[in-house]
Amino acid sequence: MAHGGTTGVSLHVRGLSKAFRGTWALRGIDLDLGPGETLVLFGPNGSGKTTLIKILATLLRPTRGTGTLGGADLVREREQVRRRVGLLSHGSYLYEELTPRENLSFAAALHGGQPADGAVTAAIERVGLGAVADERVRTLSSGMQRRVTLARLLLNAADLWLLDEPYTNLDREATKVLEAVLQEHQARGGLAVMATHNFLDGFKQATRLGILARGRLILDEPRESMTFPAFQEVYTVRAEGGGR
Amino acid sequence: MSFLALTGQILRKDLRIEMRSREGVNTLLFFSTLLVFLFRFAIGSSEAQVREAAPGLLWLAFILTGLWGMARTFQIERENDCLEFLRLAPGDLGGLYLGKVVVGCCLMWAAELVILAMFGLFFHLDMLPVIGPLVPVLLLGTVGFVAIGTLFAAITANLKAREVLLPLLLFPLMVPILLAAGRLTDLGLAGDSLWAEPHWLRLLVGFDVVFLVLGYLTFPFVMED
Repeated sequence: MAHGGTTGVSLHVRGLSKAFRGTWALRGIDLDLGPGETLVLFGPNGSGKTTLIKILATLLRPTRGTGTLGGADLVREREQVRRRVGLLSHGSYLYEELTPRENLSFAAALHGGQPADGAVTAAIERVGLGAVADERVRTLSSGMQRRVTLARLLLNAADLWLLDEPYTNLDREATKVLEAVLQEHQARGGLAVMATHNFLDGFKQATRLGILARGRLILDEPRESMTFPAFQEVYTVRAEGGGR
Repeated sequence: MSFLALTGQILRKDLRIEMRSREGVNTLLFFSTLLVFLFRFAIGSSEAQVREAAPGLLWLAFILTGLWGMARTFQIERENDCLEFLRLAPGDLGGLYLGKVVVGCCLMWAAELVILAMFGLFFHLDMLPVIGPLVPVLLLGTVGFVAIGTLFAAITANLKAREVLLPLLLFPLMVPILLAAGRLTDLGLAGDSLWAEPHWLRLLVGFDVVFLVLGYLTFPFVMED
Protein backbone atom coordinates (compact mmCIF):
# COMPACT_ATOMS: atom_id res chain seq x y z
CA MET A 1 0.00 0.00 0.00
CA ALA A 2 1.32 3.36 -0.92
CA HIS A 3 0.54 6.27 1.31
CA GLY A 4 0.33 9.72 -0.16
CA GLY A 5 -1.49 11.60 -2.84
CA THR A 6 -2.48 9.89 -6.03
CA THR A 7 -0.76 11.29 -9.07
CA GLY A 8 -2.01 11.37 -12.61
CA VAL A 9 -0.18 8.29 -13.85
CA SER A 10 -1.18 6.14 -16.79
CA LEU A 11 -1.30 2.44 -17.51
CA HIS A 12 -0.16 1.12 -20.88
CA VAL A 13 -0.29 -2.52 -21.90
CA ARG A 14 0.73 -3.97 -25.25
CA GLY A 15 0.19 -7.49 -26.52
CA LEU A 16 -0.19 -8.97 -23.06
CA SER A 17 -0.65 -12.75 -23.18
CA LYS A 18 -0.52 -15.47 -20.58
CA ALA A 19 -0.41 -19.22 -21.03
CA PHE A 20 -0.80 -21.85 -18.34
CA ARG A 21 0.77 -25.15 -19.44
CA GLY A 22 0.20 -24.41 -23.09
CA THR A 23 -3.35 -23.09 -22.68
CA TRP A 24 -3.76 -19.41 -23.43
CA ALA A 25 -5.68 -17.59 -20.71
CA LEU A 26 -5.02 -14.14 -22.19
CA ARG A 27 -4.19 -13.24 -25.75
CA GLY A 28 -2.82 -9.96 -27.07
CA ILE A 29 -4.37 -7.52 -24.62
CA ASP A 30 -3.80 -3.84 -25.44
CA LEU A 31 -4.86 -1.23 -22.91
CA ASP A 32 -4.30 2.48 -22.34
CA LEU A 33 -5.78 3.95 -19.19
CA GLY A 34 -5.39 7.64 -18.35
CA PRO A 35 -5.77 9.51 -15.05
CA GLY A 36 -9.22 9.22 -13.49
CA GLU A 37 -10.31 6.35 -15.72
CA THR A 38 -12.02 3.22 -14.44
CA LEU A 39 -12.12 0.25 -16.78
CA VAL A 40 -14.76 -2.27 -15.79
CA LEU A 41 -14.20 -5.68 -17.31
CA PHE A 42 -17.06 -8.06 -17.88
CA GLY A 43 -16.80 -11.56 -19.20
CA PRO A 44 -17.88 -15.14 -18.67
CA ASN A 45 -16.11 -17.39 -16.16
CA GLY A 46 -12.66 -18.34 -17.41
CA SER A 47 -12.42 -15.41 -19.79
CA GLY A 48 -9.17 -14.16 -18.21
CA LYS A 49 -10.34 -11.30 -15.99
CA THR A 50 -8.57 -12.47 -12.83
CA THR A 51 -5.45 -13.41 -14.80
CA LEU A 52 -5.27 -9.90 -16.25
CA ILE A 53 -5.71 -8.35 -12.81
CA LYS A 54 -3.01 -10.57 -11.34
CA ILE A 55 -0.60 -9.60 -14.10
CA LEU A 56 -1.33 -5.91 -13.52
CA ALA A 57 -0.76 -6.50 -9.79
CA THR A 58 2.61 -8.19 -10.66
CA LEU A 59 1.47 -11.44 -9.06
CA LEU A 60 1.82 -13.21 -12.41
CA ARG A 61 4.37 -12.69 -15.17
CA PRO A 62 2.96 -12.36 -18.68
CA THR A 63 4.09 -14.99 -21.16
CA ARG A 64 4.27 -12.33 -23.85
CA GLY A 65 3.77 -8.61 -24.08
CA THR A 66 4.71 -5.61 -21.99
CA GLY A 67 3.08 -3.10 -19.69
CA THR A 68 3.96 -0.02 -17.71
CA LEU A 69 2.33 1.80 -14.83
CA GLY A 70 3.55 5.36 -14.45
CA GLY A 71 6.55 4.41 -16.57
CA ALA A 72 7.48 1.42 -14.36
CA ASP A 73 7.65 -1.91 -16.17
CA LEU A 74 5.26 -4.58 -14.88
CA VAL A 75 7.94 -7.27 -15.00
CA ARG A 76 11.33 -5.59 -14.58
CA GLU A 77 10.28 -2.94 -12.06
CA ARG A 78 7.84 -4.89 -9.94
CA GLU A 79 8.74 -3.15 -6.70
CA GLN A 80 7.93 0.29 -8.13
CA VAL A 81 4.68 -1.02 -9.58
CA ARG A 82 3.71 -2.62 -6.26
CA ARG A 83 4.08 0.72 -4.50
CA ARG A 84 1.45 2.11 -6.87
CA VAL A 85 -1.07 -0.72 -6.78
CA GLY A 86 -3.93 -1.50 -4.38
CA LEU A 87 -5.60 -4.88 -4.82
CA LEU A 88 -8.99 -6.11 -3.69
CA SER A 89 -8.95 -9.76 -4.60
CA HIS A 90 -11.01 -12.93 -4.17
CA GLY A 91 -9.02 -13.79 -1.04
CA SER A 92 -9.59 -11.47 1.89
CA TYR A 93 -5.88 -11.41 2.84
CA LEU A 94 -7.02 -11.20 6.46
CA TYR A 95 -5.50 -12.98 9.45
CA GLU A 96 -8.44 -14.39 11.35
CA GLU A 97 -6.80 -14.28 14.78
CA LEU A 98 -6.08 -10.55 14.40
CA THR A 99 -8.61 -7.75 14.73
CA PRO A 100 -9.58 -5.49 11.81
CA ARG A 101 -7.46 -2.74 13.35
CA GLU A 102 -4.43 -5.02 13.66
CA ASN A 103 -4.89 -6.38 10.15
CA LEU A 104 -5.08 -2.89 8.67
CA SER A 105 -2.10 -1.63 10.66
CA PHE A 106 -0.05 -4.64 9.55
CA ALA A 107 -1.07 -4.18 5.91
CA ALA A 108 -0.29 -0.48 5.99
CA ALA A 109 3.09 -1.06 7.63
CA LEU A 110 3.93 -3.82 5.17
CA HIS A 111 3.13 -1.73 2.14
CA GLY A 112 4.29 1.72 2.99
CA GLY A 113 5.01 2.46 6.60
CA GLN A 114 2.85 3.43 9.51
CA PRO A 115 -0.34 5.23 8.48
CA ALA A 116 -1.11 8.67 9.89
CA ASP A 117 -2.58 8.80 13.39
CA GLY A 118 -6.25 7.92 13.26
CA ALA A 119 -6.14 6.82 9.62
CA VAL A 120 -6.87 3.19 10.48
CA THR A 121 -9.72 4.17 12.79
CA ALA A 122 -11.14 6.52 10.15
CA ALA A 123 -11.03 3.79 7.51
CA ILE A 124 -12.77 1.34 9.84
CA GLU A 125 -15.44 3.90 10.74
CA ARG A 126 -15.97 4.69 7.09
CA VAL A 127 -16.99 1.12 6.31
CA GLY A 128 -19.21 0.96 9.37
CA LEU A 129 -17.14 -1.42 11.46
CA GLY A 130 -16.27 0.88 14.35
CA ALA A 131 -18.11 -1.33 16.84
CA VAL A 132 -16.09 -4.43 15.91
CA ALA A 133 -12.73 -2.83 15.21
CA ASP A 134 -11.12 -4.75 18.07
CA GLU A 135 -12.91 -8.07 17.62
CA ARG A 136 -11.07 -10.95 16.01
CA VAL A 137 -11.74 -11.23 12.28
CA ARG A 138 -12.78 -14.87 12.64
CA THR A 139 -15.82 -13.72 14.63
CA LEU A 140 -17.00 -11.44 11.79
CA SER A 141 -19.38 -12.45 9.01
CA SER A 142 -18.05 -12.79 5.47
CA GLY A 143 -19.74 -9.51 4.55
CA MET A 144 -18.04 -7.73 7.44
CA GLN A 145 -14.71 -9.26 6.44
CA ARG A 146 -15.25 -7.91 2.95
CA ARG A 147 -15.78 -4.48 4.48
CA VAL A 148 -12.43 -4.79 6.24
CA THR A 149 -10.78 -5.40 2.87
CA LEU A 150 -12.55 -2.30 1.61
CA ALA A 151 -11.16 -0.34 4.56
CA ARG A 152 -7.70 -1.57 3.57
CA LEU A 153 -8.26 -0.05 0.16
CA LEU A 154 -9.26 3.22 1.80
CA LEU A 155 -5.93 3.38 3.60
CA ASN A 156 -4.35 2.96 0.23
CA ALA A 157 -3.64 6.05 -1.84
CA ALA A 158 -2.23 3.90 -4.63
CA ASP A 159 -2.42 5.09 -8.23
CA LEU A 160 -4.04 1.94 -9.59
CA TRP A 161 -6.80 0.08 -7.82
CA LEU A 162 -7.39 -3.46 -9.01
CA LEU A 163 -10.79 -4.73 -7.93
CA ASP A 164 -11.63 -8.36 -8.57
CA GLU A 165 -15.32 -9.00 -7.94
CA PRO A 166 -15.50 -6.18 -5.37
CA TYR A 167 -19.27 -6.48 -4.85
CA THR A 168 -19.10 -10.04 -3.54
CA ASN A 169 -20.70 -10.28 -0.06
CA LEU A 170 -21.28 -6.52 0.14
CA ASP A 171 -24.70 -5.34 1.27
CA ARG A 172 -26.31 -2.20 -0.14
CA GLU A 173 -24.76 0.10 2.42
CA ALA A 174 -21.26 -1.26 1.84
CA THR A 175 -21.81 -1.11 -1.92
CA LYS A 176 -22.57 2.60 -1.57
CA VAL A 177 -19.34 3.08 0.39
CA LEU A 178 -17.39 1.25 -2.34
CA GLU A 179 -18.96 3.43 -5.02
CA ALA A 180 -18.25 6.61 -3.07
CA VAL A 181 -14.60 5.79 -2.45
CA LEU A 182 -14.12 4.75 -6.05
CA GLN A 183 -15.52 8.07 -7.22
CA GLU A 184 -13.17 9.88 -4.83
CA HIS A 185 -10.31 7.83 -6.26
CA GLN A 186 -11.33 8.82 -9.78
CA ALA A 187 -11.56 12.48 -8.76
CA ARG A 188 -7.99 12.30 -7.42
CA GLY A 189 -6.90 11.13 -10.85
CA GLY A 190 -6.47 7.51 -9.81
CA LEU A 191 -6.87 4.58 -12.17
CA ALA A 192 -8.98 1.52 -11.54
CA VAL A 193 -9.50 -1.80 -13.27
CA MET A 194 -12.49 -3.74 -12.00
CA ALA A 195 -13.62 -7.23 -12.96
CA THR A 196 -17.21 -8.05 -12.09
CA HIS A 197 -20.30 -10.04 -12.99
CA ASN A 198 -22.47 -7.32 -11.44
CA PHE A 199 -23.62 -5.60 -14.62
CA LEU A 200 -25.62 -2.73 -13.20
CA ASP A 201 -23.21 -1.60 -10.49
CA GLY A 202 -20.19 -2.19 -12.70
CA PHE A 203 -21.72 -0.22 -15.55
CA LYS A 204 -22.44 2.71 -13.21
CA GLN A 205 -18.85 2.87 -11.98
CA ALA A 206 -17.18 2.54 -15.35
CA THR A 207 -15.67 5.30 -17.40
CA ARG A 208 -14.64 2.58 -19.84
CA LEU A 209 -16.39 -0.69 -20.58
CA GLY A 210 -14.47 -3.81 -21.47
CA ILE A 211 -15.53 -7.33 -22.39
CA LEU A 212 -13.12 -10.23 -22.14
CA ALA A 213 -14.02 -13.48 -23.86
CA ARG A 214 -11.77 -16.49 -24.34
CA GLY A 215 -8.76 -14.43 -23.30
CA ARG A 216 -9.31 -11.61 -25.77
CA LEU A 217 -10.45 -8.07 -25.09
CA ILE A 218 -13.30 -7.98 -27.60
CA LEU A 219 -14.69 -4.61 -26.49
CA ASP A 220 -13.06 -1.52 -25.00
CA GLU A 221 -15.27 1.55 -25.31
CA PRO A 222 -16.04 4.71 -23.33
CA ARG A 223 -19.17 4.24 -21.22
CA GLU A 224 -20.84 7.26 -22.83
CA SER A 225 -20.74 5.45 -26.16
CA MET A 226 -23.59 3.11 -25.21
CA THR A 227 -26.61 2.75 -22.97
CA PHE A 228 -26.94 -0.04 -20.40
CA PRO A 229 -29.43 -2.05 -22.52
CA ALA A 230 -27.22 -1.65 -25.57
CA PHE A 231 -24.21 -2.86 -23.61
CA GLN A 232 -26.12 -5.88 -22.34
CA GLU A 233 -27.09 -6.69 -25.90
CA VAL A 234 -23.50 -6.41 -27.08
CA TYR A 235 -22.37 -8.66 -24.21
CA THR A 236 -25.00 -11.27 -24.94
CA VAL A 237 -24.16 -11.42 -28.62
CA ARG A 238 -20.37 -11.14 -28.51
CA ALA A 239 -19.38 -12.78 -25.21
CA GLU A 240 -22.05 -15.38 -24.61
CA GLY A 241 -23.07 -16.68 -27.98
CA GLY A 242 -22.93 -14.62 -31.10
CA GLY A 243 -19.19 -14.19 -30.85
CA ARG A 244 -18.49 -17.90 -31.28
CA MET B 1 10.12 -0.99 4.02
CA SER B 2 13.58 -2.11 5.08
CA PHE B 3 14.13 -5.81 5.50
CA LEU B 4 14.68 -5.41 9.25
CA ALA B 5 11.40 -3.53 9.64
CA LEU B 6 9.66 -6.23 7.60
CA THR B 7 11.27 -8.89 9.80
CA GLY B 8 9.93 -7.10 12.88
CA GLN B 9 6.42 -6.81 11.45
CA ILE B 10 6.28 -10.51 10.54
CA LEU B 11 7.66 -11.51 13.92
CA ARG B 12 5.14 -9.41 15.85
CA LYS B 13 2.24 -10.58 13.71
CA ASP B 14 3.09 -14.30 13.85
CA LEU B 15 3.78 -14.34 17.58
CA ARG B 16 0.53 -12.47 18.24
CA ILE B 17 -1.39 -15.03 16.17
CA GLU B 18 0.34 -17.94 17.93
CA MET B 19 -0.35 -16.52 21.37
CA ARG B 20 -4.03 -16.01 20.52
CA SER B 21 -4.80 -19.24 18.73
CA ARG B 22 -2.47 -21.36 20.92
CA GLU B 23 -2.99 -23.99 18.24
CA GLY B 24 0.68 -24.15 17.34
CA VAL B 25 2.06 -23.96 20.87
CA ASN B 26 -0.38 -26.51 22.28
CA THR B 27 0.24 -28.99 19.48
CA LEU B 28 4.00 -28.61 19.78
CA LEU B 29 3.90 -29.22 23.52
CA PHE B 30 1.62 -32.22 23.23
CA PHE B 31 3.61 -33.73 20.35
CA SER B 32 6.92 -33.23 22.17
CA THR B 33 5.63 -34.92 25.30
CA LEU B 34 4.20 -37.80 23.31
CA LEU B 35 7.47 -38.40 21.49
CA VAL B 36 9.54 -38.57 24.67
CA PHE B 37 6.90 -40.82 26.23
CA LEU B 38 7.24 -43.22 23.27
CA PHE B 39 11.05 -43.11 23.45
CA ARG B 40 10.82 -44.11 27.09
CA PHE B 41 8.98 -47.30 26.14
CA ALA B 42 11.21 -47.95 23.14
CA ILE B 43 14.59 -47.95 24.87
CA GLY B 44 13.73 -48.83 28.44
CA SER B 45 15.50 -47.38 31.43
CA SER B 46 18.98 -48.87 31.20
CA GLU B 47 21.31 -45.98 31.99
CA ALA B 48 23.90 -47.07 29.44
CA GLN B 49 21.32 -47.36 26.68
CA VAL B 50 19.77 -44.03 27.54
CA ARG B 51 23.15 -42.34 27.63
CA GLU B 52 24.07 -43.75 24.24
CA ALA B 53 20.80 -42.98 22.54
CA ALA B 54 20.04 -39.62 24.15
CA PRO B 55 21.69 -37.27 21.58
CA GLY B 56 20.02 -38.98 18.65
CA LEU B 57 16.64 -39.21 20.33
CA LEU B 58 16.74 -35.59 21.41
CA TRP B 59 17.52 -34.35 17.90
CA LEU B 60 14.96 -36.69 16.40
CA ALA B 61 12.35 -35.14 18.69
CA PHE B 62 13.63 -31.63 17.89
CA ILE B 63 13.45 -32.01 14.13
CA LEU B 64 10.07 -33.77 14.13
CA THR B 65 8.50 -31.01 16.19
CA GLY B 66 10.45 -28.39 14.24
CA LEU B 67 9.20 -29.77 10.96
CA TRP B 68 5.65 -29.37 12.12
CA GLY B 69 6.39 -25.87 13.44
CA MET B 70 7.83 -24.68 10.15
CA ALA B 71 4.88 -25.98 8.16
CA ARG B 72 2.67 -24.17 10.67
CA THR B 73 4.31 -20.77 10.06
CA PHE B 74 3.28 -20.99 6.39
CA GLN B 75 -0.11 -22.52 7.14
CA ILE B 76 -1.01 -19.17 8.73
CA GLU B 77 -0.23 -17.48 5.42
CA ARG B 78 -2.22 -19.91 3.29
CA GLU B 79 -5.48 -19.00 5.00
CA ASN B 80 -7.34 -16.34 3.02
CA ASP B 81 -4.45 -16.12 0.51
CA CYS B 82 -2.35 -14.02 2.88
CA LEU B 83 0.82 -15.31 1.23
CA GLU B 84 -0.28 -13.58 -1.96
CA PHE B 85 -0.68 -10.33 -0.03
CA LEU B 86 2.83 -10.69 1.39
CA ARG B 87 4.14 -11.15 -2.15
CA LEU B 88 2.66 -7.77 -3.03
CA ALA B 89 4.76 -6.03 -0.39
CA PRO B 90 7.20 -3.66 -2.03
CA GLY B 91 10.64 -4.05 -0.55
CA ASP B 92 13.06 -6.79 0.26
CA LEU B 93 11.20 -10.08 0.66
CA GLY B 94 14.32 -11.39 2.38
CA GLY B 95 12.95 -9.59 5.44
CA LEU B 96 9.90 -11.83 5.30
CA TYR B 97 12.21 -14.85 5.23
CA LEU B 98 14.16 -13.64 8.26
CA GLY B 99 10.93 -12.93 10.12
CA LYS B 100 9.74 -16.47 9.47
CA VAL B 101 13.13 -17.87 10.54
CA VAL B 102 12.97 -15.98 13.86
CA VAL B 103 9.39 -17.15 14.50
CA GLY B 104 10.35 -20.74 13.61
CA CYS B 105 13.36 -20.60 15.95
CA CYS B 106 11.25 -19.23 18.82
CA LEU B 107 8.70 -22.03 18.43
CA MET B 108 11.40 -24.66 18.17
CA TRP B 109 13.40 -23.40 21.14
CA ALA B 110 10.23 -23.48 23.24
CA ALA B 111 9.60 -27.06 22.13
CA GLU B 112 13.22 -28.02 22.81
CA LEU B 113 13.01 -26.78 26.39
CA VAL B 114 9.88 -28.84 26.93
CA ILE B 115 11.49 -31.91 25.34
CA LEU B 116 14.57 -31.58 27.55
CA ALA B 117 12.37 -31.25 30.64
CA MET B 118 10.28 -34.26 29.60
CA PHE B 119 13.41 -36.25 28.80
CA GLY B 120 14.74 -35.60 32.28
CA LEU B 121 11.39 -36.52 33.80
CA PHE B 122 10.78 -39.75 31.88
CA PHE B 123 14.38 -41.02 32.04
CA HIS B 124 15.10 -39.83 35.59
CA LEU B 125 17.96 -37.62 34.44
CA ASP B 126 19.04 -34.35 36.02
CA MET B 127 19.07 -32.08 32.98
CA LEU B 128 19.79 -28.82 34.83
CA PRO B 129 23.60 -29.19 34.90
CA VAL B 130 23.75 -29.92 31.15
CA ILE B 131 21.44 -27.14 30.00
CA GLY B 132 24.27 -24.59 30.03
CA PRO B 133 26.63 -26.54 27.73
CA LEU B 134 23.71 -27.50 25.49
CA VAL B 135 22.50 -23.93 24.93
CA PRO B 136 25.01 -23.12 22.13
CA VAL B 137 24.22 -26.43 20.41
CA LEU B 138 20.48 -25.84 20.60
CA LEU B 139 20.90 -22.28 19.33
CA LEU B 140 23.17 -23.14 16.42
CA GLY B 141 21.50 -26.42 15.44
CA THR B 142 18.05 -24.86 15.49
CA VAL B 143 19.09 -21.85 13.42
CA GLY B 144 20.56 -24.10 10.73
CA PHE B 145 17.53 -26.39 10.67
CA VAL B 146 15.02 -23.53 10.57
CA ALA B 147 17.05 -21.52 8.02
CA ILE B 148 16.90 -24.22 5.38
CA GLY B 149 13.54 -25.57 6.55
CA THR B 150 11.81 -22.21 6.15
CA LEU B 151 13.02 -21.98 2.57
CA PHE B 152 11.66 -25.43 1.74
CA ALA B 153 8.45 -24.80 3.66
CA ALA B 154 7.90 -21.77 1.40
CA ILE B 155 8.70 -23.81 -1.72
CA THR B 156 6.21 -26.52 -0.77
CA ALA B 157 3.60 -24.24 0.84
CA ASN B 158 1.25 -24.31 -2.15
CA LEU B 159 1.80 -27.92 -3.19
CA LYS B 160 -0.77 -30.61 -2.50
CA ALA B 161 1.85 -33.10 -1.33
CA ARG B 162 3.64 -30.60 0.91
CA GLU B 163 3.47 -32.80 4.03
CA VAL B 164 5.42 -35.52 2.21
CA LEU B 165 7.69 -33.32 0.13
CA LEU B 166 8.95 -31.09 2.93
CA PRO B 167 10.76 -33.85 4.88
CA LEU B 168 11.86 -35.58 1.67
CA LEU B 169 13.57 -32.42 0.44
CA LEU B 170 14.78 -31.25 3.81
CA PHE B 171 16.22 -34.28 5.57
CA PRO B 172 19.10 -35.01 3.15
CA LEU B 173 20.26 -31.41 3.51
CA MET B 174 20.00 -31.66 7.28
CA VAL B 175 22.61 -34.43 7.58
CA PRO B 176 25.62 -32.14 8.32
CA ILE B 177 23.61 -30.18 10.91
CA LEU B 178 22.38 -33.36 12.59
CA LEU B 179 25.85 -34.94 12.65
CA ALA B 180 27.40 -31.87 14.23
CA ALA B 181 24.54 -31.15 16.62
CA GLY B 182 24.29 -34.82 17.66
CA ARG B 183 28.00 -35.08 18.45
CA LEU B 184 28.05 -31.74 20.32
CA THR B 185 24.96 -32.78 22.29
CA ASP B 186 26.78 -35.96 23.23
CA LEU B 187 29.68 -33.89 24.57
CA GLY B 188 27.32 -31.58 26.42
CA LEU B 189 25.42 -34.43 28.07
CA ALA B 190 28.71 -36.00 29.16
CA GLY B 191 29.72 -32.73 30.78
CA ASP B 192 32.63 -32.18 28.36
CA SER B 193 33.51 -28.85 26.79
CA LEU B 194 32.12 -28.29 23.29
CA TRP B 195 35.59 -27.02 22.37
CA ALA B 196 36.93 -30.53 22.85
CA GLU B 197 35.95 -31.10 19.22
CA PRO B 198 35.87 -27.62 17.71
CA HIS B 199 35.51 -28.85 14.11
CA TRP B 200 31.87 -29.80 14.84
CA LEU B 201 31.18 -26.29 16.15
CA ARG B 202 32.81 -24.78 13.07
CA LEU B 203 30.77 -27.07 10.83
CA LEU B 204 27.56 -26.04 12.58
CA VAL B 205 28.36 -22.33 12.35
CA GLY B 206 29.42 -22.74 8.72
CA PHE B 207 26.19 -24.46 7.69
CA ASP B 208 24.12 -21.91 9.62
CA VAL B 209 25.74 -19.10 7.66
CA VAL B 210 25.44 -20.91 4.33
CA PHE B 211 21.78 -21.83 4.87
CA LEU B 212 20.85 -18.34 6.10
CA VAL B 213 22.53 -16.60 3.18
CA LEU B 214 21.09 -19.11 0.70
CA GLY B 215 17.61 -18.69 2.15
CA TYR B 216 17.80 -14.91 2.27
CA LEU B 217 18.98 -14.65 -1.33
CA THR B 218 16.66 -17.23 -2.88
CA PHE B 219 13.48 -16.62 -0.88
CA PRO B 220 12.31 -13.66 -3.03
CA PHE B 221 12.52 -15.88 -6.13
CA VAL B 222 10.61 -18.65 -4.37
CA MET B 223 7.84 -16.19 -3.55
CA GLU B 224 7.42 -15.03 -7.14
CA ASP B 225 5.30 -17.02 -9.61
